[in-house]
Amino acid sequence: MKQPTQTRIIIAGFGGQGIVLIGNLIARGALIEGKNVTGMVAYGAEMRGGTAYATVVVSEDEIACPFVEKPDTAIVLNRPSMDKFEPAVQPGGLILVNTSLVQRDLKRMDISTIFVAATEIAQELGNLKVANLAALGAFIQHSGLLQPQSIQQAAEDLFSSKNPKLLPLNLAALKAGMHQSRFMEAVGLTGR
Amino acid sequence: MTEKILLKGNELLVEAAIEAGCRFYAGYPITPQNEVPEMMSWRMPQAGGVFIQAESEIAAINMIFGASAAGARCMTSSSSPGISLKQEGISYIAAAELPCVIVNMQRGGPGLGNIRAAQGDYFQAVKGGGHGDYHLIVLVPATLGELYDLTMHAFDYADYYRNPVMILGDGILGQMAEPVEKRPYKPILNLPPKEFVLDGCKSRPPRVIKTLYLHPADSLVRHNLHLQEKYAQIQRELCLYEEYETDDAEVVVSAYGITGRVAKGAVKAARKEGLKAGLIRPLCVWPFPAQPYQRAAQKARHFLVVEMSHGQFIEDVKLAMDCKRPTSFLGKGGGWYPMEEEILEQIRRLAGTKRKPAAKKIGKR
Repeated sequence: MKQPTQTRIIIAGFGGQGIVLIGNLIARGALIEGKNVTGMVAYGAEMRGGTAYATVVVSEDEIACPFVEKPDTAIVLNRPSMDKFEPAVQPGGLILVNTSLVQRDLKRMDISTIFVAATEIAQELGNLKVANLAALGAFIQHSGLLQPQSIQQAAEDLFSSKNPKLLPLNLAALKAGMHQSRFMEAVGLTGR
Repeated sequence: MTEKILLKGNELLVEAAIEAGCRFYAGYPITPQNEVPEMMSWRMPQAGGVFIQAESEIAAINMIFGASAAGARCMTSSSSPGISLKQEGISYIAAAELPCVIVNMQRGGPGLGNIRAAQGDYFQAVKGGGHGDYHLIVLVPATLGELYDLTMHAFDYADYYRNPVMILGDGILGQMAEPVEKRPYKPILNLPPKEFVLDGCKSRPPRVIKTLYLHPADSLVRHNLHLQEKYAQIQRELCLYEEYETDDAEVVVSAYGITGRVAKGAVKAARKEGLKAGLIRPLCVWPFPAQPYQRAAQKARHFLVVEMSHGQFIEDVKLAMDCKRPTSFLGKGGGWYPMEEEILEQIRRLAGTKRKPAAKKIGKR
């Protein structure tokens, strides 16, 4: 995929699915590659099981606007997020769908799609909590936004300072997500 | 490459304050600035300083009064409703000429409002807030890099002028993360010795810090005149702003804080379309940087002010250029965020208007 100079991302799912961690790792990966980045987490009466979302802007240039209303990319880990953010994605954009929890077809044909059964991958690895890293792996594999080694480095930095024991499992989920995912080009665009 | 750290604004504020030698913090929790007291609670003891979760905002600001009188570099933080509670203490601190830093990560108001970012406390910060004739130095960072630098500078301005300094941020500035180059603190001013500090008067004459002036009858008049002289000095010396593409600008956009950085994006986009747009973005709103506005008003046809409120900062923009040019307004309070495209649309509209049009109000004021 051709990379625009600025990519605006929304990551959404249930509170507790590790939405914030995905955003954090993308931001740290961008920082490692020397790109400009801003990140924000929706704050308010958030709770485990409620909806949660984070936004990240990655850019070669100075970032003017840190909030994301019309994302280029949406990473959706559950059904309510799919319903909310699929219509918001810019034409020609990208959506990543966690097929384990989103069992409906896409309504948009003008955006590319990454399919990954993130929750099932996490289940196979023995810990549901790493579904987020599986989704992130799939995103990195197909979006071309950041190098896989940057995200791996970001994960190593973050986990080694917080909880090194969890690093191998998370890296395994990242790899599994990269390999067990599919990419589908947008079909509704002219000239394709 | 120097080390870049990725932190939320609220956390970065803590790092900058501690780096600048802040060793006393008192605060009370309120969204969206909760990360400040949370992080202070463990970073301050690490740095050998004092963290106190006060029983209220009012207690916290009065603890700052005491800590400053005792000579500590000190800070408190809150968000809009909490800052309202602090106003009595802020007026006392201004009267006693005690240096300190007060942070307001603004949220929606009036009343308890909501927890989205807003810029509705401009008047409170710049025009008074508490009672009496006093001024705070009010800094308005737009990026986390600026937040880091201005927080460190804030302690210097406070000590140099013996005046409370407010950092007027908003919920987004506090909640967003952005990489910042870590820099060691270096004073930007030659700081005078703190000859007011109450540290025991053995072998020196006693000192008094007070805010009550009853005798002689004219003592408060003289104290006020002294304060006004100091404010005039600050106005002469402190002028912080960013000017972008204003040289030949026909439409000059002005905004501060988060709104300022979005406005800059809109001005850049307008330039790409060949529109003669420019930006004046203050980094300090008291004292207000009038010079760039006066310069721009000589050539510009129209000004556009953008705020996350119903029009407070716009009054200072108009005053700065003596209402020489028509000034349009785009803004809403209560948690509305400006988008680049919206601002760009207004620039397009204004760039298309003929010379000296009647000023139109866009948002409801």
